This record gives sequence, structure tokens and C-alpha cells, in this order.
Amino acid sequence: MQAIEARGLEKAFGPVQALRRVTLEVPAGESLVVFGPNGAGKTTLIKILATLMRPSGGWVRLFGRDPQRDDDLRRLIGVVSHHSYLYAGLTALENLLFAARMYGLPDAGARVAELIDAVGLGPRRFDLVRTFSRGMLQRLTIARALVHNPPLLLLDEPYTGLDRHAAALFTDLLEQLRGDRTIVLTTHSIEQGLALADRIVILVDGAVAYESRDGLEDQHAVGQLYTEFVRTGAWVH
Amino acid sequence: MGALSAVRLLVWKDLTLELRTKEILTAMAVFALLSAVIFNFAFSPSPAQAVTLLPGMLWVTLAFAATLGLSRSFVLERDQQCLEALRLFPTDRSLIYLGKAAANLLFLLLVEALILPAMAVISGIALLPHLLPLALVMLLGSIGLVAVGTIFSAMSVNTRIREVLLPVLLFPIASPVLISGVKATAGILAGRPLVEVLPGVRILAVFDVMFVVLGYVIFEFLLEE
Amino acid sequence: MAVTTQERAVAAKAGPDRPATLIWLGLGLIVIGQFMALLYAPEEVTMGNAQRIFYVHVPSAWVGYLAFAVVFGASIGYLFTRRRSFDLAAYASTEIGVVFTTLAIISGSVWGRYAWGTWWTWDPRLTTTFMLWLIYVVSLMVRAYGGVGSQAARFAAVLGVIGFLDIPLIHLSVVWWRSLHPLPVVIRPEGFGSGLHPAMLQALLVNVAAFTVLYVALFSVRRRQMAAADALAELKNEDHRRAGTQWTVGTQEVS
Repeated sequence: MQAIEARGLEKAFGPVQALRRVTLEVPAGESLVVFGPNGAGKTTLIKILATLMRPSGGWVRLFGRDPQRDDDLRRLIGVVSHHSYLYAGLTALENLLFAARMYGLPDAGARVAELIDAVGLGPRRFDLVRTFSRGMLQRLTIARALVHNPPLLLLDEPYTGLDRHAAALFTDLLEQLRGDRTIVLTTHSIEQGLALADRIVILVDGAVAYESRDGLEDQHAVGQLYTEFVRTGAWVH
Repeated sequence: MGALSAVRLLVWKDLTLELRTKEILTAMAVFALLSAVIFNFAFSPSPAQAVTLLPGMLWVTLAFAATLGLSRSFVLERDQQCLEALRLFPTDRSLIYLGKAAANLLFLLLVEALILPAMAVISGIALLPHLLPLALVMLLGSIGLVAVGTIFSAMSVNTRIREVLLPVLLFPIASPVLISGVKATAGILAGRPLVEVLPGVRILAVFDVMFVVLGYVIFEFLLEE
Repeated sequence: MAVTTQERAVAAKAGPDRPATLIWLGLGLIVIGQFMALLYAPEEVTMGNAQRIFYVHVPSAWVGYLAFAVVFGASIGYLFTRRRSFDLAAYASTEIGVVFTTLAIISGSVWGRYAWGTWWTWDPRLTTTFMLWLIYVVSLMVRAYGGVGSQAARFAAVLGVIGFLDIPLIHLSVVWWRSLHPLPVVIRPEGFGSGLHPAMLQALLVNVAAFTVLYVALFSVRRRQMAAADALAELKNEDHRRAGTQWTVGTQEVS
């Protein structure tokens, strides 16, 4: 079954067309990376996939289900945004417990304890999130996204604001999740994106400009294609 | 997970956040107290006049204090896009509205519990004999203010003129609450018969039901881009 | 060549040229209506000729409320479908509604000045109309300061729904409030006494019809204007995007 099936997705914000007839298929277990410059529509795409927005045109199905009719579908989705989704005034433990309970997990306490240790934040679990560094926030954010064990993980520019070290740790974490879960990640960093991708899509001005199918280009070639495309707005093969 | 549990959890979250800093409760309470004092300086009422003035003073103070609390209510969700996170939970998204409204109501009632005796003392009016009907009117009025105020708070939090937009939205729309609340309170304090005060109480009740239901229905449409 | 194509595209989005007829019809009816109001309708017993302002006041107030009902309907439509046409309809009706409501309040105030010597009385109907005016104004504020594009539209729509449902409650509360403090004079906008002279009724109805037609005409014009502005903005966006070279969009297989 396809984890994600999207056909002809369109999204308009007033006169601005953010997505133009985007069609996408992501089989379960695949790791898809979406590249694109700013304003390409990456965040809009993720938000529609995350059920946060309805498309103005086209449709999307997640695991065969319609997100507009199915509140429960959100149980299967985990989202990592470049915002942390964390309450600065709560402790790390409280943040995770809140999320776990809102997802209706039967053994919230145990699950949260396990996760907090898994991301290495055990010793800081009673500290207010306000006191956390960016790297720690990122780890807690991912823990929160995984608390309900979602088979689909959507990440919107998660590398924003991370230094090299934190980014490497983050990539490691994602590597561990790859294969078991379906991952869709947006970024404008070719290097980090390619490390995680089974397949790539390049989004420019709201439309799919390029979609790789069999195998992957090497980083240099894709990087060149990408830069050339963004610069000229035309495909030069 | 049941709707009630979800709402309880949301209220727990807001309560925990607020009780840690007590920022907003303090601001509301201090503001309400100062208002009462200023009103007394401004009008210097005699004991007889005080009874006439108290209902108006009380409700104006409450309205502004409510604005303070409501305004902050969604600010703490804005910081890290937590509102988006709330919408990602599998629970009915309209429960976010109920949870916020319930928390806002709790804070407002807490402040009212403080301000009512304070005002009684400052204006030298005996409120105790009228406590029960007064409490009912204030409860109904608070629910009304919070029902529409929570919606407008969610609306104004992302605008450039947030502090101004919320009261500007709230006061015209909540005017039935303010009008009926003041007049019902005045009637109660003056010892008017129940039948005279009842129309006001009815309007408050209808307002409450109508706008809690409307808020519940419309909230999801409000949040979605 | 490109200019004409664009012009055609903008015009196509805006709609056919019907409003002109409506405007002439509306203005014509108003002339007739006011003529009737000033000359045909008999002089009112208590107030004299000053009462004739009622033929402007009542129709304006009627249109103010009608426009808000349209805002209500369009707002619901927008919240459900997010179609821009609903948003534009709500916005146009808001702008025109506030104009007519302003007229209603001013004419009501002037009437009060001549009838009872004060510029403002808290007459229930006038007060409710004033509250409606306030809600209109706040609605325009929300559109102006509501933030980027579709967010303001969303917020204004929610206010349109809430405001409309609130009006009856506002009226009830004001009526109750006034019943506790009755005014010295009995105010009934239709005129004093229980009934209207048939000629007065006719004059009133013609004016109500005239104002309504004018509302529909202005609404159409304004809505078309907004749709055209929208289409222009869209085209400008396209231009910005295409600035420079040839454009091809599509997926390509890579071997």
C-alpha cells in the first residue's frame, strides 16, 4: 500500500499559487527528500500531507485513507517542524507526557521514560525546556514526534539552525528510523538530504520540477542540476 | 480518548504553565484591584451612590481584566507553533477551543473570587446577602465573555495589533453580556423581585449556549489556513 | 499583444457588464422615491416635514441589515469552501453595508434632533443599528490589520458569522435595558400612532426598493473591482515568476 498518494495538489493563498498540480506517490518504508528553494511550496506540501491544511485542488490519501474524514489518521503521522512544538514553561518530561496522553497511549509514563533516555535527555527531564540548547530541543522534538510510534514521519526543514555536530546527530537518528518508517523530509541542503534519501523530488515555484526514479544521482550531479534549474528556471539536461 | 479527558488534559497544561509563573493571574488581579480603587477616586460615591455605581464598575473591570487573560491565552501557543502541534493530535480539533475556554474561565473566576470581596470592602457595600444570585450572574457572564473571547484571542494573536484588536472585537460582540450583566447585578443589589431580573439572566444563558456551541463549531474553520 | 491578452483575462475574471443597468435603475428609483417622499406622501401630524427623513433612514437601515445578512451567508460559504469569490462577496458587502449603516445612523440622529432636541437617544432600534455599525467597522479593521492575505479573510468571515448571530441578542439586551429606563417620549420610527397612511407606506416601499436595487448595483460593481484586482495580482505573480528565460515544467526520468 502507498503510504502517501497525492494527485494534482493545488493550494492558493488568495492570488498566490503555492502549489501547482503536484502529484506524488510514496510507498511505505521509503525515504523521500524534497528539495527546493525558499517559496517553492515545501512547507505548504508538508502541511497538506500533515492534514493541517486542505488543498484548493486535487486530493491526498494517507495509507489509503482520506485525512479530511479521518481524525484518527493523525495517530499515524509524526511531524517535525523547524518549530519545536514544545512549551518553554513545561519540563521535558511534562512536554512528552502531555503529547503521549493526548495520543491516548495506554502506558504513557513508561513510554515517555524510555524515549527520553533514548535521546539522551534523561538527566535533564525535570528541567524546563526554556533552559535547553538548540541541539537538545531538536532531540526532544524528535522524541515528541515519535512518542506514538507513527509509521509516517514528516520533517519540514529540520536542519534549520543546527550546527554541524547537531545536524550529524540528527542524521544518525533518522538513519536508525529509515526503512521501518516512511519518511518525507524537506530541506534546501543537498548534502544532508541526499544522505537520507531513497528518492528525491525537486520542487520549484510550487510544481514538481524533477523526480528521480531508478537509483540516485550522485550528489555532485544532482547539486548541479538543482542549482542550474533554480538559476535559469529551465531544465538543461 | 474521550472528549472530557482531552479537555481535562488541555486545561491541565494551561494551569501548569500559568501556576508556575502566575504572571497572568497576578496581572489580572492587580489590574482589577487598581480599577476598583481608581473608580472610587473618580466618582467618590456616597454609600447610597455606591450601590448604583458598583454594577457598572464591576463589569467594566471584569471586561478589561478578562481581556488581559484572554490575550495571553494564545500567546503561549504561538511561541513554538504549539497550536499547530495541538491540531496534529487525533482528538477533535474543536476540543482545543473548549480546553482553552475552560482554562480562561477558570482564571477569570479565580480573579472574580478575589475582586468581589475587595470591591465590597472598598465601596462599603454588603454583598453577602446577595451572594448566590450574584455568583450565578457573574458565572453566566464570565462564560459569555470567555466563549467569544477565546475565539477572538485565537484570531488576534497573529496580527500586528494584537493588544488592540482583542478588546475592539470583544466589546461590541459581548455587549449583550455586559448590558445584561450590569442590569441584572443592579437589580439584585437593589433587591428587585426575581421576575424583573430574570430577562437579563435569560439573555446571558442564551448567549452562553449559543456562543459556546458556535465557538465549538467554528474553531476548526478559524484555525485552518 | 501581451497587454490585450492580459486585459482580456482580467475582464473575463471580473464578469459581464450588467451593473451599469442596475445603477441607472437604482438611481432612477431613488429619484422617484425621494420625489414621493418629499411631495407625494402627506405631512406627518406631530413632527411636520422633518419627519420625511424617515424615508431615508428606514431604507438605509434596511440595507445595512440586508448587507450584513449577505456578509453572513458569504462568510459561511468562505469558511466551508475557501473559494475566493465568497470572500470577495463578503468584503464588498461589508464595505457597502457600512456606508448605508452610517447613513442610517446619521439620519436617525438628525431625526432625533428635530423630534426631541437631542442628537442621540438610546432608542433600542437606533442603538442596535449603532452596534451593527461598530461590528462593521471592526470587520474592516480585521481586514486591514488581520495579517497576510487569506488569514484576514478567514478572520473576517468568522466575525461575519459571529456578528450576525449576535445582533438579535444585542437587540434583546438593549430592549430590556431600555425597558428598565423608559424614555420620556414614545419613539416609533414608523411614525407616531399605530398605523401608516397608505401614501406614506407607498413612498416608504418605493424607497426601500430603490435603496435595495442600489445596494445590489454597488455590490456588483465593487465585487467586480475586487475580482479584477485579484486577477491582476495573480498575473503579476506569474510575471515575476517567469522573469527571464524560457520555462518548462515537468518531470523527467533520469537514467
